[in-house]
Order: sequence, then C-alpha cells, then structure tokens
Amino acid sequence: MSFSIKKQGDVVVVDVEGQLIVGNRQELKQKVLDELEKGEKKFLIDFSQTGYIDSSGLGVLVSLSKKIREQGGELRLANLNDDLQTLFELTKLDTLFQISDTRERALESF
Amino acid sequence: MGDSRVAFDLQIPSDIEYIEGVVELATQRCRELKLSPAKCSLNIPVALTEALSNAILRGNGATGGKQVRIRAIISDTDLVFEVVDEGPGFDVDECTVDCTTDENLTREEGRGLFLMRQLMDRVESFRDKGNVVRLTLHRP
Repeated sequence: MSFSIKKQGDVVVVDVEGQLIVGNRQELKQKVLDELEKGEKKFLIDFSQTGYIDSSGLGVLVSLSKKIREQGGELRLANLNDDLQTLFELTKLDTLFQISDTRERALESF
Repeated sequence: MGDSRVAFDLQIPSDIEYIEGVVELATQRCRELKLSPAKCSLNIPVALTEALSNAILRGNGATGGKQVRIRAIISDTDLVFEVVDEGPGFDVDECTVDCTTDENLTREEGRGLFLMRQLMDRVESFRDKGNVVRLTLHRP
C-alpha cells in the first residue's frame, strides 16, 4: 500500500494504491496536509488502484475535506469501484463528497 | 450451526500492522468457499478490519504485550469470524452509532461498528476467556 502525489495543472492528485485503513491513514493525511501547508488548494484523490477502505480511512477523508475547506480549498474523489461506491452509499458519504467516475472528469470539474 | 470446522485459528500481537495479513488470509478462505466477489472484496475485508482494529486499539488499548486471537469457523450455512481481545468488552447495540444522520455525517470517527453491522448478517459481542466479537455471514 502506498500513496503517490503529483500535480496536474493546479490540482494535487493523490493515488491510493492498496488499502486505505487504520495502519496507513495517517500517512495519507500527512501527505495531503503538507501540500495544503505549501498553499495548494485543489485536491483530487483517485481510488482506481484502491482495494478497500475501512472506517478510519473514511474518517481521514472527512477530516481532510474539512481542513481543505477551512483553507478555502476543495477535495474531490474519483474512480470509486463498485465496492467503494457501496461503502460510500452505506455511510451516506456519497452525499458529502463530490465524486467523479474518471480522473479526467474530476479534473475538469474544478 | 450444524457441523462446523475451524478454517484457521491465529494469535497475533496486538498491533495494527498485522491486520492486513489476517484479512488477506480470511479473504482467500472466502474465495475458496466461492462466496460472491463483493463478500470477498468488501464485506469481509472491511468488517474484519474493523473488528481487529477495535480489538487492538480499544479492547487491548494499544498496549504492548497483549494478543488478539482470530478464529474462522465454517459450516454448511455460515462463515463465522471470532475476534478475541483482552479488554473488558462492550455492548454492540449500545455502542453502534448511526453515522448517516445529519449530525453524525461529518464525524471523523464512529463508523466502525455501523459498517460491521451493515456488512455482516450478525454481529455479537460476549465474554468467553476474553472479549469476543463474533461476525457471522450466511453462506448462499
């Protein structure tokens, strides 16, 4: 499991490879917060290479969304597979986040 | 549950680094039992991760030197996981929060038990040589 960060235009894109769970959620949080501290405002987390997410992973996404919004920024999500879509629907987090089917659509939506 | 057999019985140190390996083993067993792909890739991995992290972080209180035991039991009708920690135990019903209400939706914590109950057919907690959380999934 790992996270890679790159910049596409003015958007910071984070790829989550593997699981986003209790054991690695802090790493994701710190990486995004570091970018936020540098002044970045637009964030996209791409889940195309993600297996599953647990409650603490979901909690980190909620936390990041709040912190980014507090700084006047935006967090968007892309490429949830069917399982992840189910997870977001069960927890109603699909109503809290702006979610796109593809990275391209997400990037265009900023 | 009728005739049943233990698919695996493991004892791990109380450390979240061990969770993914246990979940991978459980997922393999699910695939061997030909459970649906969603059960193998979503329901069991997430519910078991929640039960294990609860056991390690809350039950055992992230204290070094403690252990968590995980048993998988298979019968004709059910797949059961029992996660045992050294904590005082808790009431599943009392502790489950509906994280989908307006006031809880933006909380950062409190989705673990809710998810376990959504993803498994039954979730129980009881005392038996430790605090046991039992997750049951009916087999098709």
